[in-house]
Amino acid sequence: MATKTVIPFGPQHPVLPEPVHLDLVLDDETVVEAVPQIGFIHRGLESLVDKRDYKRFVYVAERICGICSFGHSLGYSELVESLMGFQAPERAQYLRAIFHELSRIHSHVLWLGLAADAFGFESLFMHSWRLRERILDVFEACTGGRVILNFCEPGGIVRDVEATELDGIVDMLATWRGEYGQIANTFLNDSSVRSRLCGVGHLSREEVIEYGCVGPMARASGYANDIRLAGIGGYGHLAEFAPVTSDEGDCYARCKVRVEEVLQSVDIITELAGKIPEGPVFEDIKGKPADGAEAITRVEQPRGEAFYYAKGNGTMNLERFRVRTPTTTNIPGMAMALRGCDLADVPNIIMTIDPCISCTER
Amino acid sequence: MSVMDKIASSKRESFITNSPWIIHYDAASCNGCDIEVLASLTPLFDVERFGVVNTGNPRHADIFLVTGSVNEQCKPVIEQIYNQMVEPKVVVACGICACSGGVFKQCYNTMGGIDQVIPVDVYVPGCAVRPQALIDGVVKAIGILRAKREAMLDGKPVPTPALRVGAELEVVRHSPDDEPAPTGADASDAAKETK
Ligand code: SF4
Repeated sequence: MATKTVIPFGPQHPVLPEPVHLDLVLDDETVVEAVPQIGFIHRGLESLVDKRDYKRFVYVAERICGICSFGHSLGYSELVESLMGFQAPERAQYLRAIFHELSRIHSHVLWLGLAADAFGFESLFMHSWRLRERILDVFEACTGGRVILNFCEPGGIVRDVEATELDGIVDMLATWRGEYGQIANTFLNDSSVRSRLCGVGHLSREEVIEYGCVGPMARASGYANDIRLAGIGGYGHLAEFAPVTSDEGDCYARCKVRVEEVLQSVDIITELAGKIPEGPVFEDIKGKPADGAEAITRVEQPRGEAFYYAKGNGTMNLERFRVRTPTTTNIPGMAMALRGCDLADVPNIIMTIDPCISCTER
Repeated sequence: MSVMDKIASSKRESFITNSPWIIHYDAASCNGCDIEVLASLTPLFDVERFGVVNTGNPRHADIFLVTGSVNEQCKPVIEQIYNQMVEPKVVVACGICACSGGVFKQCYNTMGGIDQVIPVDVYVPGCAVRPQALIDGVVKAIGILRAKREAMLDGKPVPTPALRVGAELEVVRHSPDDEPAPTGADASDAAKETK
């Protein structure tokens, strides 16, 4: 039997924008086992609920992750609202959905770029990030921030987005879509991309369910769980859409699901902007969370389902705040997909789960 | 200019200061600053046109961009990357987390800014740091890189800022009766309240 080698991968590695460490046990060029080790960016921000009151904690919650920052402020705001038995104004709900979809586009296009970088397609990376800047321009014009927006708060939305601005967003997306179509075409049809992604890191539908994968990773294996359409934290009642799924379960399918979800998000935004009601966007929440009151909520982040929990203790501070993020539940699936792959495919498989380590470790 | 002068001045001029290579490491950050570091390499801001190249290898890098605050687990990694870089080298702290700990300062697992672990030459504040500010910081870093290189050529000790273990960042007051300037998350809160 050949001797086994252990190769350390990370925490500092050119394809990883964030630190995660993997011990890759190799038999020749084949990975036998991958042992993940995390904790490099654990900050312990859940404990800050002791120091900030429940309204100001939204600024910390937003900084759980800089990529899905809007999603986390949305999740926290909905959590506090359900803890206080409060409902955000309807216009605010629409605006939240629109901005959440915009941040999904920004996150997916960012990911497409990083994935292109991981399989060595430098110009595709540059083009993806060029397109992403156009979405950031919308954020900057509407909220003042590029990645950290401070836009969503318990009680609604900080600033109303006027009808002319919404029309501008829709027009921009219509032209953007054409340009995006070109890079989407390269991602889906280019032979060099296909040869790096097809058949790599396969997970079947049963495996995905067994390891508890969520988001695009689960949908790429034919398991249609989309929290936007299911129960708490969804907005399937605002717009009409169906989950994007694919049956192959390999890296190419995960890429394809994300490419298509971007187009779906554009449609959702166009639909919502067409029927958004008039009205206020912010109402102040009065009072303190009751002692022992508990609440949960879920949000479909770009990477999958995020779960939020809070408990009140009768003061302005929360007793406990907890968030379980999608990457946490996707890491076991990634470790299984890495088994038996070639060493050269490791960066691709790691990238296609879209790891967000700062969410995972908080 | 005589030939000898030309040789002497060409020794002084270096491609290092005209085309610095950068390495980026994410200490305990929220990602916001990391993607802004990457964004400044991509077409809209495109620092590559100034010869700034991103590298993954510490031994090739001249400028070390660090984002985020420090915790016990990433401390040895940062020290290792810093020690593997060859002199002259410059450290840029990107974002308010890297400068002082920022919004995470009071978290139990955060030691504070990068200057608790390695000497920092340039502080670029902002949450998230804007690419424009980042490019400005890198330009400042190039000046420092040049000064360090001159010192090495003259055989003098390389000027390195001190560590600030346990030290607080100074609070700049504009007039004696000003309120203390807020930092980090408080700053964004204050900005919000004045809206
Ligand atoms: S400074 Fe702000 S955006 Fe940057 S890492 Fe810290 S919290 Fe995130």
